Order: sequence, then C-alpha cells, then structure tokens
Amino acid sequence: MTSVSMRVNGADVRADVEDRTLLVHFLREHLRLTGTHVGCDTSQCGACTIHLNGEAVKSCTMFAAQADGDEIVTIEGVGEPGRLHSMQAAFQQHHALQCGFCTPGMIMAGIDILRRHKSPDEETIREELEGNLCRCTGYVNIVKAIKAAAES
Amino acid sequence: MDEFGIGAPLPRLEDVRFITGRGRYTDDIPMSGLAFMEVVRSPYASARIKGFDISAAQAAPGVLLVLTGEDARAEGFGGYTSKMRKTNRQGEPNFEPPFRILEAERVRFVGDPVAIVVATSAEAARDGADLVLVDYEELPAISDIKAALAKGAPLVWDEVPNNECVFVELGDRKATAAAFAQAAHVAKGEFAISRVAHASIEPRVGIGLYDPVEDRYTLHAAVQAPHTTRNEIATRIFRIPENKLRVISPDVGGAFGGKGYSHPELALVLWAARKCDRPVKWVCTRSEAFLADFQARDNLAQVELALDANGKFLGVKVKNVLNLGAYLTNAGLQCGFHHVGSICGVYTNRNVDWEVSAVFTNTTPIIAMRGAGRPETTFMIERIIDIAAAEMSIDPAELRRRNLIPTAAIPYDTGFVHTYDSGDFEKGFDTAMRMADWAGFPERRARSQARGKLRGIGMAYAIESAAGVRDETAEIRFDTSGAVTIVVGTHSHGQSHETTFRQVVASMLGIAPKDMRMIYGDTDLTPFGRGTGASRSMTVAGSALVCAAERIIARGKQIAAHMLEVEESDIAFDAGVFTTRATNRSVDLAGIARFAHDFRQMPAHLGVGFAERVAFVSDGINFPNGCHVCEVEIDPATGETSIVGYWLSEDVGVVINPLVVKGQAVGGIAQGIGQALCEKIVFDGESAQLLTGSFMDYCMPRAKDLPAIEIKSQEVPAPNNPLGVKGAGESALVGALPAVINAICDALRPLGVKHIEMPATPARIWEAIEQARRAKAA
Amino acid sequence: MYPASFTYVRPADLAAAEAAFREADDPRYLAGGMTLIPTMKQRLAAPSTLIDIARVPGLSFIRREKDTLVIGACTRHATVAAAPEVRAAIPALAALAGGIGDPAVRNRGTIGGSLANNDPAADYPSAVLGLGAVIRTTRRTIAADAFFTGMFSTALEPGEIITEVAFPGPRRAGYAKVRNPASGYAMAGVFVAETGKDVRVAVTGAGACVFRAAEMEQALARSFTPDALADVRVAAADLNADIHGSAAYRAQLVRVMAARAAAAALSGA
Repeated sequence: MTSVSMRVNGADVRADVEDRTLLVHFLREHLRLTGTHVGCDTSQCGACTIHLNGEAVKSCTMFAAQADGDEIVTIEGVGEPGRLHSMQAAFQQHHALQCGFCTPGMIMAGIDILRRHKSPDEETIREELEGNLCRCTGYVNIVKAIKAAAES
Repeated sequence: MDEFGIGAPLPRLEDVRFITGRGRYTDDIPMSGLAFMEVVRSPYASARIKGFDISAAQAAPGVLLVLTGEDARAEGFGGYTSKMRKTNRQGEPNFEPPFRILEAERVRFVGDPVAIVVATSAEAARDGADLVLVDYEELPAISDIKAALAKGAPLVWDEVPNNECVFVELGDRKATAAAFAQAAHVAKGEFAISRVAHASIEPRVGIGLYDPVEDRYTLHAAVQAPHTTRNEIATRIFRIPENKLRVISPDVGGAFGGKGYSHPELALVLWAARKCDRPVKWVCTRSEAFLADFQARDNLAQVELALDANGKFLGVKVKNVLNLGAYLTNAGLQCGFHHVGSICGVYTNRNVDWEVSAVFTNTTPIIAMRGAGRPETTFMIERIIDIAAAEMSIDPAELRRRNLIPTAAIPYDTGFVHTYDSGDFEKGFDTAMRMADWAGFPERRARSQARGKLRGIGMAYAIESAAGVRDETAEIRFDTSGAVTIVVGTHSHGQSHETTFRQVVASMLGIAPKDMRMIYGDTDLTPFGRGTGASRSMTVAGSALVCAAERIIARGKQIAAHMLEVEESDIAFDAGVFTTRATNRSVDLAGIARFAHDFRQMPAHLGVGFAERVAFVSDGINFPNGCHVCEVEIDPATGETSIVGYWLSEDVGVVINPLVVKGQAVGGIAQGIGQALCEKIVFDGESAQLLTGSFMDYCMPRAKDLPAIEIKSQEVPAPNNPLGVKGAGESALVGALPAVINAICDALRPLGVKHIEMPATPARIWEAIEQARRAKAA
Repeated sequence: MYPASFTYVRPADLAAAEAAFREADDPRYLAGGMTLIPTMKQRLAAPSTLIDIARVPGLSFIRREKDTLVIGACTRHATVAAAPEVRAAIPALAALAGGIGDPAVRNRGTIGGSLANNDPAADYPSAVLGLGAVIRTTRRTIAADAFFTGMFSTALEPGEIITEVAFPGPRRAGYAKVRNPASGYAMAGVFVAETGKDVRVAVTGAGACVFRAAEMEQALARSFTPDALADVRVAAADLNADIHGSAAYRAQLVRVMAARAAAAALSGA
C-alpha cells in the first residue's frame, strides 16, 4: 500500500491505495469521479484523458502513486450543468457527441489543444486528436466544436 | 412549436450529463459489497479439455468463488440459439450447435469461456484467474472460409461434415441463366468482405444481483435491447420465467449491434451473484473484447453481372459464403439472408440468382453489426458495376444512370424480395453529382498527377431495408401535476432518442421537450420493447408515440368537453390547449391531467387517469437510400490514401432533427471508411490465434484519417408510417464501403490495378501497384 | 486491465535509485511509463519493484554545451518539441519529438525512458543514432553506435541509469516516418544527418532494432540530395514483416522516407 495525496478539482484528497492502482481507477473508484472513462488498455483511445498539472495525460497509463503531490482536473472539474465551460457548450451546440463515452476525454483533449494553439485550423485539430478515438461521430462535429470553442 | 418540434435542429437534451461527466454508464453505478468477476478463456482455437485444477485459484487472496464449465453443466443451463433456422445442402434443418455459457469438454475459438473467478477486488479476480489450471489437448483449427471448406479440413463440429452449416438457393436461376445467355458482356468479381469489430468505446459490462427472498435476478448491463436480453438469459439459459429477471440498461457507450444480444458473461455475473450472495461485476477489457465480443461481416462473394451492349443490366449471379465463427449467435445467420434484396440496388435489373452458404470456423462467433448484411450486398452490386463500367469503357456514373429506376416508376417491384414504396433516385443521383462536381474531376485528377499523386473518384448508390422488426410499444402518461413522462421499449446509446422522441411528442402535444421526462432501458419500468437495432426506433417507437399522442388528444377532448360543458365536436385542440369553438373557453393538457386524476369529478364512463399506451405495428419496412461520392488521393510511393472529398445525398424520409440525422450519417460513413481503409480482424492461418488483439493492431479510424463530409437530405416521406420517416442509423454506412473502394480502384486503374480488397491499407495499395507494375513489365 | 502486484518507490536521488535497484528482486526503473505501463497492464511485464525516477532532481533540462545540445533523461517529449534551443539547434529533433505518439503521450514520455526501452519502432533511437549522440549514464558515457544492441536491448548494465543525452549539432538533419496506421508507432522512420564529419542515416521501425544504412550514407555523402538515394537498394531480407506490411513494403518506405528526410534536412525544417 502507498499513501497518496493530491489536489483534485480544487479539493485536497488523501488515500491509501495498492501500489498498482492506476490513476484512472483511483479517480473512478476511490473518488467516485466516474466521468473519466476506460476504453482501451494500450493508451490509444483517450477516454481517460485528464489534466495533470495543467496538461492532458492519459490517466490509464499512470499509477496513482506517480501523481502524488500533483494537481488534477477531471471532466467534473471543468464546468457543471448551468455553468458549462466553453468547450463543453460547444460540444453540445455542434452535436459533437452521440453515445457520450469518449466525450470527457475529447473535451479534456480539446481544452489542452487550445492551451497550445490559440486558433488552430481544422488540420491541426485533427492531428492533435491523434490520441482520442470516437466511434460514433466520425469526428466532423468534434473538430467543429473545438474550432468554435477557440473562436468563442 | 417550430423551435423544438419535428424538423428543428434542437441541440440534444441528453448532452449536459455527458459533457459534464455525469453520464451514468453501467461501470459507474455505485454498489456496496461488490465482487468482481474475471473470465478464464481458452488460449487455443480448438482443444479438448482434459480437466480443471482450481485449487490454487480458490486459495488465492480475495477469491470468493471459482466456477468451471463442469459446474455450469451440473446446473443444467441451456444455451444461446439462433433466431433463424435454414437448411443444409441436403435440405435438412441446419445443425444448431450447443452454445453454453461455459465450456466443459471442448473449446472452439481462442477466447471461448471455460471458467470464472470472483473476488473482492478486480485485481484479485485477475490474479486468481491466472491460477486456474486447465489441461487442454490442442486440436487442429481453421479460421477462414477457404480452409473450412477444403477437403479433409478439421471439423469445428463433428455433426457438420465440411463445416458447412447452411446452403440455400434464392432468386430465379432459370430466368437469370436465360438473361446471361443474352448478355453482350459479363463482369465478374470475387470480393472478400473483411471481418471487423464493433469496437464501441465503452467495452461490454454487466453487474449481476440476486435476491434470495424473491428468488429473482437483476442485471445492470450495457445492452441495446433489455427485453431481448431478459428473454435470452431467463428463457434460454436459466430456464426461469422472465419475471424472475429484471434487466436495466443505463447509459450505454455505443453498441452498433455488438450489444444487441446477450453474450455469456451477462448470464455468468447473475449466476455468480447467486452463488456468492453478492453483487458481481464484470468489465470487459479491450484486449478481452477482441477475443470475446462477437464480431461482424466476414464473407466471400463471387458476383457476376450481365449487361447488354448498351450497358443495361440483364441479371446478376451471386455465390456468397459466410464465416459464422464457432457458434451460431442469435443473429449471425441473419446477416446472410435478411438483406439479399439490396442486390437489386436502385436499378431496373430483375433477374437474380443467389446462392448462400455458411460455414463454421474456429473463430469468434459472428453477429449483426450496423448494416448487418446490407453493406456486403451493396458492396457486391456497386463494386461489380464499376468493374463492368471499366471493362466496357463507360463512365461508372453514366452506367448507373442508364439503369436507374425512374422516379415515375415508384412504387417499383424489383422482382426479387423488395418493392420500393418511395424514393426519388434520379434526384438523389443528380444532387450527388452536383455536390461532388463529378464533371470537374478530370481537371482535379490532372492537378494531382502534376504533384505525383494518384486521384480517383467513386460512387455508390445504396438502398437498404430498415425497421424490419415492426412492432413497438410506447406510453405517454401525465401525472397528477400535469407533467408528462414518455416511456419506450427502445434504447438510446447515441441515437439521440431523448431529444428526437420528445420532439415528436412536442409537435403533437405542444409541450416543450425539456418539460418531458423519458424512461427507457428497464424491463420493470417500460412496456415490452424490441430495443434498438436495424434502424427501427423512430419508425416504430416514434410511430407508437404518435399513436399514443393521438389517443391522448382524443381522450383529452372527451374530458375537455365534460369540463367545459360542450359537445366533444365543439372542442378544438391546438398547441397543447383544448378550446371550445363557440365560447372560446379553454383548458390545457396539464389542466386535463389534473382533472382526470380526480375520481370525484370524472364521469364514470371515462374512468380516471390520463395515460395512453400503444403497441404499434408498421405495415412494412422502409427504404432509406443515398447516393455517395468519394474522392481520394493516393501517394504511390507509400500507398497512403487520403480522402479528399465525401458527399452524400440521402433520403431517410422526414427528418425529425437535422443535427441528429446528419450526425448519424457522418458516423456511419466514418465506420464504412474504417472498414474500407484500415479495420480488419486477422487470425493466424495456421493456429487460428487472433493477431489483432488490441488497438495497437486493429486500426481504428482517427480524426486525421477522415475527411469533412458534406450531406444533403432530400425528404421523400415513407408512406407506411405516420411520421413518414425511414431508418437513418445504418444507411450511410452501407454505401461507404463501395464508394471508397471504387474511388481507390479508379485512382489505381491507370496503373493496371483491377480490384483491391478491404481494407485498402497503404501496404496493400503499394503491393497492388507493384504487382501491376511487374505484370506490365513482364 | 490490472498489472500484477509490485512495490512502488520514489527515490530522492540517483544514488538512492541505484540502491533501491540493488535491493529488489526484479526491479524496473519508471520514467514516463508510456511503454512500460501498458506492458505491465497486459502482464507481459511484472516487475517486483518500480523505481520512479521521473522526479529525481537534475534529470529534466535542455542546455547548450558549445555546439552540443544536452537533454536530461527525464525531459518529456513535449518539452523537447517546444524548446526554442532544440528548434534552433536541431529542428529535426524537435520535429521528431513533436511527432511521437500523441499529445498526452508526449506530456509524459521521456527521452531517457524511450532510449532505455529501445522499442524497435520508437522514434528517438533513430535521432540518437543518426546524430551520433552520446548517452551519459550514472556510470559512463556510451556512444550511440554502441548503445542499441538489439530488440528491446541496450548496452545499459543492470541498474545503470541514463542521465542525459548529448547531441552534437549537425550541419543539417531531417526525419521522416510513416506511422503504423493502428498503433501510431513508426512503420519506418529515417533520420538523416550531415554532421560535418560524415553523413549518418539511421532507420527505425523497419527492423528488429534501429540500424544505420551504410549505402544510403555513402550515397548522401557523395551528394546530399533526395535524388542521390534514387538508385540505392534497401535489402528487405532483414526487415520486419507482419500483418501491417511486408518486408518489401518496409524496404520501400525506408527508401522513400530517407529521401523525404533528406529533403526536410535541405529545407531546414
């Protein structure tokens, strides 16, 4: 067992976990932040994307222990019903989701893209989504939403 | 009502929970005392089980329960069965293999479940599963159709010599032979329709609970059709009355047919829950999903098209062989039969000779996936047309135009399976040609050539048959406060029903969608329903809602007449309000509902309450159709393809929500492009081991692989349902496979490449170019 | 996917890391974990102890030593890709780092981790070999030519830790790759560099381990142009063949990527 403490969505948390606990399972099972999803086991799908110290990372490819002392934001910390982040609002406005399972990861990746590119063109957004898979939308509306969020 | 009724591009009401991380998928459900299940699977494609040793697993920390195929046999469980029965080559009913939830004696594909381990944590269950020892005697195995049919091939089932389960002839062989005898040209093609995975991003998942007091099970699971799942598990596996099992399917992260039917794991969590007196959860991992999720497509087709000297189609012959995998799933066989009618396409050919057989192999069983046979059939006709066009030196668009069913000829009996009841193929065709600037292609090709690139354009006019399961029940009920709840037996896992069904009711009743509540996905709470699949939901559940709304209005009029003390014929209904024509007094639906729940006020002959449930049965299927054009550019040095344009002119009948309908079309095209360009399940030819066991080897289309897609809807209402809608979920995928491959073959044709199999990967394209170059040189 | 059980330790410095390594049964160092963790999740690797060196002080930096660019072992790909020093001194290296995996992977993966792992389809080994870099460890310095010894194997001794990599600034360099359509790893990636002394061409993804292509080096030494490679044959015999492509296809990609890398070098990209 190892003791981990971190700041998650603005709140300090502390827990004892098995050393092998993945960060995504720590978030989902210990903190009950179930908006972060698991869609693969080889770091391809990006459904588990969160922000670690302000940068997008895949929480399925990290142990909770590695994030000890870090600051984490998950989809639940980005915005909430009635107070949506502009990226969340753009996803709704542009029908950028169908089943919704990849969506939290897409939104976290989208925000990260705009952190690095002020006004990305369509090609840049498509390149930057290399690490996030969507099976429903064909990406067209996701790209549109990220572009719209950049312009808003 | 315009801002949120039928036809409005209303942003989805279900989105807020998904975009804020508040969706509730099965794996998100909190549950105390939860135990975790891991499945032990066969590492061999074919083997005899000589024995189990579970002692080490039982002794492992945290392990609560270990069960094997022998335990399942002792319980006397039944098995899964196919919905469809056909005949074999001798005309006898086809062999129906026993398809159990755990195997005790023989395993027939890599991933076949043989035991389960239940433990207090998922980690401990996994650790325990590693300790289950199974003594196997490995046997020879086969994975592909040709190997299965070869002389002396190992048998998947001893009862099925040659591994051929089904053989059926359809169409008119004599008339077709006569037509071929008249032909000026016969085009021939042999196509392999690759095996693919549904690969919803949410893996399959289930939580089983058992209540010993009521002797009753509850299953929380990601499934498309809760009542179907209940029927399969209760009736077929456990052999208990269906009211002993409740199935709840909350938010589901995509399905595409892969969650349409029950897999063994969902019965296993229920059995495990009963055995260890705790809720038991199983979450499939992606690697496990590639082994254990039923897969899709995988067939071979020999196709011949006969044409006269002017390019008129005279007849078509098809020999289609399906790879069923190791067992018959509920819907595996259907994929070879339900959609053969699509071979006629939107063309006037009337002679079809169709031969279909289905074989067992030592591979993961096959089930329906988005399109379920229609992509295959559409690929056959649309690809052979392009081959014929190239051989006869006719522009492929022109060749199609010459054979198109004229709009004036609708309704049109194709002479083989279908009568198209609506459609305007000429308009769809012309629209697509304009959108894609087909005529301007040679100039674009020349520009690509100048940059050392190969450019190609391809088209496909797909027509499919939707909503074949024709009954569905829906309810609209008002509570005592006057608020509305709508209840349906279909399931929404991306299809946007929470928005579009409300739009339908909003148009009928004048109530804002956000003010309605919608219930689905729970066999205890919803009327019997057939779930979501085959592009059926809006056609049948939407129509059931229309009928229920009509009854609400009719009953409302009766009550309003009583309340307002006029004759029923004096009441008018508009935008949610009942008004007397003469005195202009009014009462709204909420007022009616409040009144209707008061037994002291309601006249006895009307009874109390304000709710209507309707079981709708449609008159027939509908025929969504669309003309696809795809343009590609290929780098001949690397074989890499980029899709530089994609256009679709589609008719899915009346559009309830254009945002949603376009979203479905784009998503379908993306899946079609995936199969055409990159996705394929591959088994080793010798061992039948799976070689594409994760997203590292199974190539999913990514954002940068896909183009912007332009879609125009033309609404030709379906005549046989009250909404005039046609299925919108699958039809776009159906046309994408041939459109993409036709475009690639068009690009490669100048080099001497005649055909390329799916997926047209960069490596395969480069090899084809090389082969053609060597052939030319020789 | 749950890895087998292990003990996680986060040493304060390199000495403590090496001490932890000596004490454990079957230890592995952990930096970004981008390859190791998926492998552990699939239980293809099950170390008894993970020694996390990602935050050991002094391992994450980029600095110039005269004409040499030195990058700390725990410097992340995203940092290398964005660093003005790298973009100025060896733009091809920045571009290579910016094309590894995906943005989230680049935010965690490190140069040292990539080199120590020596995945046959990783990008960094081609830059290290192509630029003739020197790998500095807790015990010695190792020339690139001696470092990569085979598939997933290197000259590192048990317990030895890469501390930094020194890249001599080339006259010009370029990198081009074709990604494996499924995994995103290199199907074939070629790094070409004109160092001032010689021309080096390093190939990743196509074989069992990164390797130098001597005939291409000679051709480019005669004339550093893409056309100089037109007649160079790439032997397919030793190249990888799998469901994603034949050895002949990889040989073709090596030829084409080498020419494109040379073109990129000439354009200064």
